Amino acid sequence: MTNNPHISVQHLNVQIGNQEILKDITINIPNKKVISIIGPSGCGKTTLLKSFNRLLDDTADVKITGKVLVDGENIYDPKAEVTHIRKKMGLLSQRPYPLPMSIYDNVAYGPRLHGKPKKTELDELVETQLKATGLWNEVKDRLHAPATRLSIGQQQRLCLARGLAVEPEIILGDESTSALDPVSTSIIEDLFIKLKEKYTIVLVTHILRQARRVSDYIIFVYMGRIIEFGPTEELLLNPKEELTKEYVKGYIS
Amino acid sequence: MQRFRLIKDKILSKLMLVLTVLSVSIVLLIGIGLYYKSVPLLHQSSWGTLLTSSEWKPLKGLFGFFPFIMGTLWVTGIAIIIALPLCLLSSFYITEYAPSRIRKILVPFVNLLSGIPPVIFGVWGVLFIIPLIQNHIAPHFVEFSTGYSVLAGGIVLAVMIFPLVVSIVCEVLNTIPKELKEASLSLGATKWETIKKVSFRKATPGIIAATVLAISRAFGETIAVLMVCGNNAVVPHSVFDPGYPLPALIANNYGEMLSIPIYDSALMFAAFLLFIIILLFNIISRVILTRLERKLAG
Repeated sequence: MTNNPHISVQHLNVQIGNQEILKDITINIPNKKVISIIGPSGCGKTTLLKSFNRLLDDTADVKITGKVLVDGENIYDPKAEVTHIRKKMGLLSQRPYPLPMSIYDNVAYGPRLHGKPKKTELDELVETQLKATGLWNEVKDRLHAPATRLSIGQQQRLCLARGLAVEPEIILGDESTSALDPVSTSIIEDLFIKLKEKYTIVLVTHILRQARRVSDYIIFVYMGRIIEFGPTEELLLNPKEELTKEYVKGYIS
Repeated sequence: MQRFRLIKDKILSKLMLVLTVLSVSIVLLIGIGLYYKSVPLLHQSSWGTLLTSSEWKPLKGLFGFFPFIMGTLWVTGIAIIIALPLCLLSSFYITEYAPSRIRKILVPFVNLLSGIPPVIFGVWGVLFIIPLIQNHIAPHFVEFSTGYSVLAGGIVLAVMIFPLVVSIVCEVLNTIPKELKEASLSLGATKWETIKKVSFRKATPGIIAATVLAISRAFGETIAVLMVCGNNAVVPHSVFDPGYPLPALIANNYGEMLSIPIYDSALMFAAFLLFIIILLFNIISRVILTRLERKLAG
């Protein structure tokens, strides 16, 4: 698995103000798998995720050292182009944030940024991505209605479709189901499992059962450090580290 | 004891209601008062002639308000055209681009600008803007201009409404969720694309509200405008023509209004007109705003 990592993090340190959020993170994220990052609130899970597509850049007083290689290319290289890096990754945030435009325009937003697709191409692409996220049948008659009229679960799937429309290689999910009802959650989880055929998926979650259901590997982060990284079943059922054991059993959270 | 507390609560809430109603009803009272004072003029001439005639000869009893209405609209219009793009770009810079270090310097300066008394803006206009227009701007476009013009009034007003609009728009932009911008950025959009297509759209109702407030303020601004726009009772035909906005008319002639018959009534009518313009403008913009918000909310 480490022979051909999709994302390779090397000695990454993130400091915001005087606070060290991530300390000496080194990890290789394998290609076309689902990886869950678990750990208690405030341990740096989300920061780690956001360091993958340089969304930390705009945070005030942030200091980042170390490397993050995506496809072998260091994204923190001063010459790296940030829009190009971000295009490689679709981000799914905690709550759905549809852009203030129609359902169709939400999906078409990314492709329109990166080129001037023809109307027919765009129509086709929107249909494909909405089908990929199982929304097509629910919205095909009201593609030009504002995206905010959808239910929250539908909105989250729309956000996923929007991310997929720029043809990323990686999907980043930041507790993407935490605002959703159980039915919508399971739809999203099934999508993740289906999508890993084509994408590398990195999810931040605080729900251990979810990590177990969807992921191939788990990263356990505690107080800004990676404590353990391993295949899902092994890490959850037979953790090597004492801290992981305590977390998995629910003694620490 | 318990009963006393409850009674106190009841009495206070009633008192607050009365005081609030009293303050609000002052708007109504002003309107009625102004109308009442304008009645003598309205007996003499019809609304139609007053609003459309350009003849302003108080000694002959001719009161045409058209030049003053146009003067007000020109000056306010120019001010908004100049101020709005500047304000939007500044607000976007402050909220989206500026590092916190620079933001901490910029914001107090913007606020300071709003604390400067209008008369100082007037003096600045006379000493700086008027010569600038007279010697450097106007010669490129017209044969002659004294510099005292609706353009000068517009520029001075633009600077005056700048801090108001910037602070409101910044406030509005700060309420846009970070995650929404991140959603756009993570699709590979640049900051500018995100501002243009997401933040701006989301902030449109707030931007309109800020503009409405600024226009209301601009309509009524008196002293600074009066000092720079020439105060000539003719309808302006270009930005370099002098104008005579309604507030300036009232302020300039208030002292002598009792020496000419009906003149006092005419000035009160001018005030009444200004009152109506601002009221109508606010009502219309409120309607537009609610429609827009409903449309955006889906």
